[in-house]
Amino acid sequence: MTPTLTLESVLPALPEIYLAIAVCVVLLVDVFAGRAAPRVTPTLTLLVLAAGAALLLAFAQVPSTVELFSGMYVTDPLANLLKLFAMLFVAVALLYSRHYLEARGLLKGEYYVLVLTALLGIFVMISAGSLLTLYIGVELLALSLYALVAFDRDNGVAAESAMKYFVLGAIASGCLLYGMSLVYGLGGSLLFSELAVALQGPASLGLIMGVVFLVVGVAFKFGAVPFHMWVPDVYHGAPSSVTLFVATAPKIASFALAFRLLAGGLEGISESWTQMLAIVAVLSTLVGNVVAIAQTNLKRMLAYSAIGNVGFILLGFVAGTEQGYEAALYYTIAYVIMTLGSFGVILLASRAGFEADELDHFKGLHARDPLLALMMMCLMFSTAGIPPFVGFWAKLQIFEALWTSDHLALVVFAAAVSVIGVFYYLRVVKIMYFDAPGDLPTAERHTGVRLALGLNALAVLVLGLFPQSLLSLCEQVLS
Amino acid sequence: MLVQLLFYGFSAILIAAALGVIVARNPVYSALSLVLAFFTSAALWLLIEAEFLAIVLVLVYVGAVMVLFLFVVMMLDINVEEIKRGVTRYAGLGWFIAFAVIAQMVAVFWFRGFGIDATQGMALLPADHSNTRALGEVLYTQYVYPFELAAMVLLVAIIAAITLTMRKRPGLKPQDVAKQVAVRREDRVRLVKGVGPKTDPAPESDT
Repeated sequence: MTPTLTLESVLPALPEIYLAIAVCVVLLVDVFAGRAAPRVTPTLTLLVLAAGAALLLAFAQVPSTVELFSGMYVTDPLANLLKLFAMLFVAVALLYSRHYLEARGLLKGEYYVLVLTALLGIFVMISAGSLLTLYIGVELLALSLYALVAFDRDNGVAAESAMKYFVLGAIASGCLLYGMSLVYGLGGSLLFSELAVALQGPASLGLIMGVVFLVVGVAFKFGAVPFHMWVPDVYHGAPSSVTLFVATAPKIASFALAFRLLAGGLEGISESWTQMLAIVAVLSTLVGNVVAIAQTNLKRMLAYSAIGNVGFILLGFVAGTEQGYEAALYYTIAYVIMTLGSFGVILLASRAGFEADELDHFKGLHARDPLLALMMMCLMFSTAGIPPFVGFWAKLQIFEALWTSDHLALVVFAAAVSVIGVFYYLRVVKIMYFDAPGDLPTAERHTGVRLALGLNALAVLVLGLFPQSLLSLCEQVLS
Repeated sequence: MLVQLLFYGFSAILIAAALGVIVARNPVYSALSLVLAFFTSAALWLLIEAEFLAIVLVLVYVGAVMVLFLFVVMMLDINVEEIKRGVTRYAGLGWFIAFAVIAQMVAVFWFRGFGIDATQGMALLPADHSNTRALGEVLYTQYVYPFELAAMVLLVAIIAAITLTMRKRPGLKPQDVAKQVAVRREDRVRLVKGVGPKTDPAPESDT
């Protein structure tokens, strides 16, 4: 029999409960006030996120792991940290995208509601304690993202990429479910805590088959090779503001998915999935970094860069140690901060009827808009992994974790590939600083957005100069 | 023995129906194959004594969802040949990969053993066991969290569907409930005298 639920006992689940209610409130406010005052919903959404963060800090913080709802819900310091970051990243993404949406007639309340439901999906995945809740979280996030990608519904390219995303996503969900059913059948439980106890030692062949399907699902959600085909199309086809969203907060969810499912529930048979992940990670870093060189579209280039970076995150999981998970967590957060900035620059440089998404559109950006070029340079250097920016420390952590877990060949390979990767990030900087500015429109002012972007770029630098701040936080929540 | 025969019979029909969904040229046939697939999976659920789920599957999916689906498919004028043209280009590769995956799975299940003893079959439940009751006991207690989340998934589906399909266009005929309620008989019905066939007074057999 389950214990009676009281208000105090469900308090650790406050973020999810609050967000579910907030989604409904925002939806209703938008229905009644949205048409008369289209700016109400965006502002309200940001307030909702700020209040959510405050509530989480005030009431829902837990010192150690707490299980709720018969173990279906798990929260721990890691979950608190990930949720806070997810809210922050979503808020920043929305801040960057409002003027872009306004210029294209896409500033509708549903956009913000769908973003909030996606965030709820991310929360559910972060706090998933069983296969069932994890899957529902995956679907909640995915359904919201499909709709967001197709949000500009008169745009044929966006509709096409949404369709591809939807069909491939459905196949991936099918794989994930099939793998879950096999693992459930052989482990005898839906709960990760019980699975971790039941599944120990060398895995049977049937279990390995289940794990194969789970790894396929995880790799798809990450966008890792060979399940990466949706990434460039979705990044390129979706409206840039949606790309910004798809590229950032869901990466936190992917990390949570891999952490709860593989490092949590399947901890006892880590030998079987680390080998599979190693192949996926190696291919991702290679394909992502090499194919990115051939791209002429910045959004597509960043998509391949995402594939490459996801490979690094997965390498952290391949290490299979606490240090490896720490490195993966640190890398994920650092990568999302950098990606927010780079897509923020694309959004700021775009205006009504003009998408600044080709590399050529950034020719001579320094001459036209020195501040924007400076921000972009910081972000590109950081993503390339050049010291003293945060991207360097993130890569270093991964190398260190691999080194201490005796994956020497992987360290050498990853280092070589990241050197290849430096080329195309530096090419963006070269285009901005040394090419002649063509006849291109200058970016608009939007002082608020500029300020946020500036802080974003500054964060990349400051976190790189003082890497210990974020690192010790990651260490703290995982130990 | 009988249960096994039934299981293999229904499974064979299920697989054939599922194949029918994807290979049928006509979308109406696809939808009907899906109905058959739902029916046979309901039968499979009955075999493992999950009678509530079986009945709900038939009632909800076959009775409501698929009928609606058929309506939509029949109303849309889909040019099937045009859609299929792009698909057939990669069909060979698709079949190849599908068969490769199936062959590997068969190899695991059939030849290498799965890690559990499947010869025993499932333990039968006592005759007075109620599947509906068992579900009701855990749905709002143990599974309350996923249950509520499923409701959120449905909400997202509604929002997404409305966002992507509802648009203002000329000729749209929206419902105005207030207007519908406020309508009077005089607005709609006009009695005309002296037209229509001349008949004898209607026989007063039944009303």
